[in-house]
Amino acid sequence: MPTDTDRREITLTSIRDEARELAAPPAQGPPVPPSETGYYGLPLLKRPVWSASVPLYFFVGGAAGAAAIIGAAARARGRNRLAHDARWMAAGGALISAALLTEDLGRPSRFLNMLRVFKPQSAMSVGSWALSAFGASATGAALTSSAALDVAAAATGAVMTTYTGVLIGATAIPAWSEAVDLLPAHFGASALGSATALLELLGHRDAALHHLATVAAAAETVAGASVEMKRSAAVRPLKEGPSGLLVRVGGLLSGPMPLALRLLGRRRRMARRAAGLSAIIGSLVTRFGWVRAGSASADDPAVPLKLPRA
Amino acid sequence: MPTTAFLTDSTVCIGCKACEVACKAWNEVPQDGYVWTGLSYDNTKALGHSTWRHVKFVEHEAVPGRGGHAAGQPTWSFSSDVCKHCEHAGCLDACPTGSIVRTEFGGVFVQPDICNGCGYCVVACPFGVIDRRPDDGRAFKCTFCYDRQKAGLTPACAQVCPTESIVFGDMADLRREASRRLDGLAARGVTDAVLYDAHEGSVGGTHALFIVRGDPVAYNLPPKPDVPSVYLRRAWRSAFVTAASLIGAALIAFAAQSHAH
Ligand code: SF4
Repeated sequence: MPTDTDRREITLTSIRDEARELAAPPAQGPPVPPSETGYYGLPLLKRPVWSASVPLYFFVGGAAGAAAIIGAAARARGRNRLAHDARWMAAGGALISAALLTEDLGRPSRFLNMLRVFKPQSAMSVGSWALSAFGASATGAALTSSAALDVAAAATGAVMTTYTGVLIGATAIPAWSEAVDLLPAHFGASALGSATALLELLGHRDAALHHLATVAAAAETVAGASVEMKRSAAVRPLKEGPSGLLVRVGGLLSGPMPLALRLLGRRRRMARRAAGLSAIIGSLVTRFGWVRAGSASADDPAVPLKLPRA
Repeated sequence: MPTTAFLTDSTVCIGCKACEVACKAWNEVPQDGYVWTGLSYDNTKALGHSTWRHVKFVEHEAVPGRGGHAAGQPTWSFSSDVCKHCEHAGCLDACPTGSIVRTEFGGVFVQPDICNGCGYCVVACPFGVIDRRPDDGRAFKCTFCYDRQKAGLTPACAQVCPTESIVFGDMADLRREASRRLDGLAARGVTDAVLYDAHEGSVGGTHALFIVRGDPVAYNLPPKPDVPSVYLRRAWRSAFVTAASLIGAALIAFAAQSHAH
C-alpha cells in the first residue's frame, strides 16, 4: 500500500518528467543588457497589509499615552479634577487601542500570542507589552487613583506615544526608514497635541494645557518642515500623490495652524478651541498619511533597487 | 545538522515552472488568481503569500546568429526566485509572537499554528517575500520544505527541477558549486554571469544563492538589502528622547502653572 507521502512523491516525479520533455537548457545568448526599470517595473517590496484600524490605533494609543503623562503631572500639582479626567481618557484609550489592534489581526482569536514571548528586537512585541502594561496601569489608576499606578501609567504611556514611530520607522519601507529619527518625535509631539486638545475640549482651562499644546504644535511645525526639507527619492510619497497630500494637510493642521491660533488668539477661547480641533484632526490625518505613504513607497521599486530614476 | 541552501542558476533554467507547480503541490498552497499580466509569460508576477517559488521571465532583444536566436525574436533569461532565508532575517526579528523561527537547517520558518496575522513581518522583509493571506489571515512564505528536510528529502522545487537549475545542498558545497559553474560559463565565453549573494550588507548572507546573467537588478534582486533591525538603535534613541521630553514638559508646565497661582 503506497502511503500518502509516497503518492505525493510520485506526483513530484511526474511533474519533473513532464518538465523534462520540454526543452534542454538554452544555448547562451548575448550579454544581458542593463535594466533601467528592474523587473518590468514591478514592486520589489510588499505593501503594509494593515487596515484603517492601525493608523487609528496610532492616534488613539498615542493620545491615551500622552493623557496619562498629563494626568500624572497634574496630580503632582494637585490638579485633581484634571488628573481624574486624564486618567479616564488614558484608560478608555487603552481599551479602544486593544480593540483596534485585535481587530486588525488576521487571527484575532490569537491576540494573546502577542504575549507568548518578549522580543526587544521587535517593535511590535515591545509595543504589545507596553500596551498591556499601559492598559493595566491606566485602568488601575482610573479605578483607584493610586499614585504609584499614575506614575506607572505615565511611564508606559510615554512608550505608547513614541513606539509607533519606531514600529514603522524600523522597516524595509524606504519612506518610513528614511524618517526613522523623526518618526518617534513626530508621533510623540502629535500625541501630546491631541491629548491636550481633548482635555481642553472637555472644559479644562488649565494654562498648562495651553502651554503644552503650544509646545506640541511648535514641535509638529519643526517635524513638518524637516519632512519638507528631506530631498531623497525615498520620501517622495510623503510629498507627492494622495499620501503626500494627507501627510501635508495633516502636518499643517497639527503644526502651523494650531501654533498660529494659540499664539495669536491666546486670550480667546474660540481660538483655543479651534486650535485644539485642528490639532486632533491633524494628528489623525497624519497617521493615515504616513501609513498610506508606506504603501506608495512599497509600490515604487526605484528606491530599493537603486534605479537611475531614484 | 548541516546548514542547507538553494543555489538557483538562471543560466540553465528553461522557464518550465516545474518548481512553482511542485511547490504548490507539495505544500498545498492555494491558487492566487488566474490573471494574464502581459509581462512576457510571467503570470505570477512576484513571490507572495501563495507563490513561494516564482520564475521570472526577463525578456530582451536577441542578437541574430548566436545560439539559434532568430532576428526579431526576443530571448529570455529565466530565474526562479524564492525566499532568501536570510542569515539576519527581518521577518524573524519583527515577529512578535515567536511564530517565525530559525530551523536546525538554517532556514527561516513560519509556524502556522502560532502566527496571529499581525502583518509586521510583511513590512520587515527587504526582499518583499512574505505576505499575509487575506482569506486565511496568517503570513506565509517558503518553508524551505522544512517537513521534507526533516525527513531527509530534498525540497520539492529542487527535487523536480529538470535541469539542475535549482540545486539544494550544504551551504559550503553550493558555494563551491557556484564558482565551478561561473568558471565553466566564463570558459564558454559567458562573462556577464554573476553570483548574487547578499552577504556583505546587514542581511549577513542568505540561504538562497542565485547565478544570473547581467545586472541582478533586472531580476528585482536588490543591490544593497538591509535588515530593518539596523534602524532600531536610532529609532529607540529618538523615542527615548521624545518620551523624556514629554514627561519633562508636562512636569514643567504644571509646576509653572501652580507657581502662577
Ligand atoms: S527573504 Fe524576507 S521572508 Fe525570507 S527570510 Fe529574508 S526577511 Fe524573511
